Amino acid sequence: MVDLSVDLGNNLILDNPVLTASGTFGYGTEFDDFIDLNRLGGFVVKGTTLHHREGNAYPRMAETPSGMLNAVGLQNKGVKYFVDHIYPNLLKYQSKVIVNVSGSTIEDYVACTEYLEGLEGISAIELNISCPNVKEGGMAFGTSCASAEKVVEAVRKVYSKHLMVKLSPNVTDITEIAKSAEAGGADSVSLINTMLGMAIDAKSRKPLLSTVTGGLSGPAVKPIALRMVWQVANSIKIPVVGLGGIMNAEDAVEFMLAGASAVQLGTANFIDPQVTVKVVEGIASYLKEQNIGSSKELIGGLIL
Amino acid sequence: MNKTVQRLVVERKEIVNSDNFILSLKSPIPLVDVQAGQFLSINVEKSKDVFLRRPFSIHDVHYDNNTLDVLIKTVGPGSAALKDVEVGDEIDTIFPLGNSFSKPKKGEKVLLIGGGVGIAPMLYLAKILGPITSNINILLGSRKGEDQILLDRYSEVGNVLTTTEDGTVGEKGYVTDHSFMKNELENVDRIYCCGPEPMMKSIAKLAKEKQVACEVSLENMMGCGFGVCLCCVTDTQEGHKCVCSDGPIFNIEDLKW
Repeated sequence: MVDLSVDLGNNLILDNPVLTASGTFGYGTEFDDFIDLNRLGGFVVKGTTLHHREGNAYPRMAETPSGMLNAVGLQNKGVKYFVDHIYPNLLKYQSKVIVNVSGSTIEDYVACTEYLEGLEGISAIELNISCPNVKEGGMAFGTSCASAEKVVEAVRKVYSKHLMVKLSPNVTDITEIAKSAEAGGADSVSLINTMLGMAIDAKSRKPLLSTVTGGLSGPAVKPIALRMVWQVANSIKIPVVGLGGIMNAEDAVEFMLAGASAVQLGTANFIDPQVTVKVVEGIASYLKEQNIGSSKELIGGLIL
Repeated sequence: MNKTVQRLVVERKEIVNSDNFILSLKSPIPLVDVQAGQFLSINVEKSKDVFLRRPFSIHDVHYDNNTLDVLIKTVGPGSAALKDVEVGDEIDTIFPLGNSFSKPKKGEKVLLIGGGVGIAPMLYLAKILGPITSNINILLGSRKGEDQILLDRYSEVGNVLTTTEDGTVGEKGYVTDHSFMKNELENVDRIYCCGPEPMMKSIAKLAKEKQVACEVSLENMMGCGFGVCLCCVTDTQEGHKCVCSDGPIFNIEDLKW
């Protein structure tokens, strides 16, 4: 019997290292028909903001080789709606629930977090300082060390439970931003959010997204994500959660070998809504085959 | 009506004409209840050019042998790859997805309108409506005569009317030009419509003018097909709604058209 559990610090212990990526898993309940959500280490629910957001105009999505571009723009009904209408449904799950929090100003982040602080069924928040699809704020916080540290520090003051900070790959040196998040008081960092990209219809000469640019995800970004996870894991002391194009258990294992303590699956959920459970099983099989007793032994196990 | 991920076996492939084909997909277990207007998504595993699943209207359902029919028009790499599947191949599907057309009151006069491959959901819809009303008119529009397909099957479930833009089959023009639309629309209780968006918008306009209830089946680029990626939204009176999970069927009164 292998031990799949991992400890991300500050009381966030997962039964297994498999989480879902925000924005690709709705509020979890959408997957009830497909999987037993209790078999996941946890799930990160849709990006939540202080106020209702209608999101971007459509078209919001373009298929690309080995991935997709999206420009959803954090469509959600706001944190109050989440607490009143979504949160009660999440209490039925035993796996950890993490809420992804976004904002346009530091005050937004803080106010949104305050709504979530006292909720027993929420194990952690993931601070999204890296969404490329909103004009104001969002990624701007994640592309400057000073503002990243400032927003993390402000939220840290009002949130005592596990604080995960989601990092943008759209920077010159992601390790510097990771260090700032750590200095600000983050318990862990998750990376990477989508990479800024674009797609054009040559016939019409028009962009395929209403916002012209959008976030690229899927296997296309995996090598970049893997590299960044490895760099960040070697630069900071807090745990790293890896994501970016993970489609199967082998991909997940690679991220853990690069230094990730846990992984998030995103775009893969669209193609196979049962993929998360398959990855949990696949990691267990891998550990047995390799005669490894605990998934913790995989973390940073890359042989150079 | 739970959504399921299933590997269905291609039991039959019917080439309808140069552009369209039907796949009959057999489930190894009893089919769940499928409503008219719902769709399935297919993971096109054989194509390297296709990353995301492809949504297709459910064309017909045969509970007696656990088979779903999908009418597909070859338009891109996904549908082209599906045309190459062979009888006996397994297809990775998720179904039933989306909401469904509402049902009429007993005996109401209904008009089903399909444009191009938008005729796909109208066959099963007519079959579902059969026990509720015998007053079923099915208006099928296409660009040219050879695109008027499966008329014999539609004739079994309703009174078929046709238009072609080149005038080779049925009345010449768009579906909105058909004499039925000009002379009898006021007597219709409900319109169900699927086809190109400009066509559906024209029909919605007519329906509003004549105060006829009208539902349309929307199409959009979908990331997931079950309401989590929020990519396939459309503008409604209540803001952005997902075509895949809040639709694909919308009452025209709810749309910002």
